[in-house]
Amino acid sequence: MAESITIRKLKERFGDRIKVVPSPFDGMDTVAVKRGDIADVCRFLRREEDLDYDLFRDLTCVDYINETPRFEVVYHLYSISHAHAVRLKARVPEEDPTIDTISGIWVGANWFEREAYDMYGVKFNGHPDLRRLLLYPEFVGHPLRKDYPIDKEQPLVQLREEMKGVR
Amino acid sequence: MKDLTKELHTQCMTMQMGPSHPAMHGTVKLLIDIDGEDIHTVIPEVGYLHRGFEKMCENSTYHQVIPYTDRLNYVSPFINNVGYVMAVEKMLGIETPERCQYLRVLASEISRLTDHLTCVGASAMELAAFTAMLYAIQGREWLWELIESLCGARLTTTYTRIGGVAYDLPEGFRPQTRKILDKVQSLIDDMRGLLEKNRIFYDRMRGTGVLNAEDCLAYGVTGPCLRAAGVYYDVRKAMPYLVYDRLDFEVPLGKAGDNYDKFMVRVFEMEQSIRIIDQVLAQMPEGPIAVDDPKVTLPPKEKVYNSIEGLVHHFNIIIKGIRPPKGEVYFAVEGGNGELGFYIVSDGSEKPWKCRCRPPCFPIVEAMPKMLEGAMIADIIPTFGMVNMIGGEMDR
Repeated sequence: MAESITIRKLKERFGDRIKVVPSPFDGMDTVAVKRGDIADVCRFLRREEDLDYDLFRDLTCVDYINETPRFEVVYHLYSISHAHAVRLKARVPEEDPTIDTISGIWVGANWFEREAYDMYGVKFNGHPDLRRLLLYPEFVGHPLRKDYPIDKEQPLVQLREEMKGVR
Repeated sequence: MKDLTKELHTQCMTMQMGPSHPAMHGTVKLLIDIDGEDIHTVIPEVGYLHRGFEKMCENSTYHQVIPYTDRLNYVSPFINNVGYVMAVEKMLGIETPERCQYLRVLASEISRLTDHLTCVGASAMELAAFTAMLYAIQGREWLWELIESLCGARLTTTYTRIGGVAYDLPEGFRPQTRKILDKVQSLIDDMRGLLEKNRIFYDRMRGTGVLNAEDCLAYGVTGPCLRAAGVYYDVRKAMPYLVYDRLDFEVPLGKAGDNYDKFMVRVFEMEQSIRIIDQVLAQMPEGPIAVDDPKVTLPPKEKVYNSIEGLVHHFNIIIKGIRPPKGEVYFAVEGGNGELGFYIVSDGSEKPWKCRCRPPCFPIVEAMPKMLEGAMIADIIPTFGMVNMIGGEMDR
């Protein structure tokens, strides 16, 4: 199969720093990136004229509990004008679960990163406002990690000071 | 003006709107800083309806996930069903029979109609156009009757199966649909007559909640909100799935990206959906409604009850589930509010290792501060109505 323009350009620019991963089911270009390079790669994909990935589609995280590095942050990007799609994957180790934010490149990544932080505990360096999104601040642990039991319960929390009447 | 402000002693005030304000579509909270009637900052706070959809999926077999997908967007459950099973089918590498594909398109478009009717009607009601709401609810009721005759339920449809759909068309479905579509079309016309050139409606919708194309894309906003800003992106056209490439329909586009355009895009989309259903009913061939693959599809109920092979087969799929090969897949369909994507990772076992749902509402609600800051309190209502937030879908 011929290489798509995305893969070719990325190979030209980044060489060995990226690795192309086969994706037989949906045929989407899939690229494994080192976690230090993720902001560079994203900026390149956004700025390069022939690529022009303008639509930020999705960001999520997968917990491969039995592998090292443990977490994998997955990005889905799409270009409206050229109609091509790419999936980026970056591994993040368990002992230091941090990766650079891309919310400066696509502003919409902000909430997606907060959600990944909430659910998996992956921290995004340089994120403007990294707080829990779907769960409340007092929640302990990260529920989508595979070692978080599905039937675990947490105690009810007290009414917070700022919730009592008008702030 | 400055003197007046001094005299009136206005000061910035923080207001909590929601979690169950009557004009909020679902449980979401807006934390608003206001000065008089001007909005300074808006902070949407979500998560009131979080149920751990992804965690539940990771602990269920592939078939057991289908009912959970109904509850993501409860006004258009068919589309969620279709999106999820098609992602799984991609992993299994199976192509469903033609009749099944037509049935799925039919179901999706009926769902799109109910979704848009709810959105348009409810937002019209919040702007005090109650009649339009009654019309929309009436149309939705008729369509839900159709859905009920198709799958036995109105909201919790669970219509699709991996490798096919659950039921074929019931008797007399075609003339019934034709009749209902005519009635719905005349309802839409009536609603347009009431609202389109109504001075109050026009003034409150036009120029409010503007989100331009560039911001839409950066936020990941898709669906009617993106098309209202003039970007030609519809998953049905960009990455045609099922039989959408054989059907003749248009993608309505707006220009300004304000609430009025979002409203009109939805109205035109409903008309296109009716067109699609018409074509589907005319083109749909006879044939099986599920693939003939005993490893994937459930046997028909007569076989389960009357033969031991059928029973064993049924038992095997229900208890052991299906095992897609190792790998990952991202599949998107055009939901009521935009691109609804499923990212599934399989480790070769009977449960998905990861089942991520990319909800269309999520980035749109994220973009709300951009739409509202600098506007007035009264603009929140139409803007939020046109966002059409579905709590179950956003929080999962």
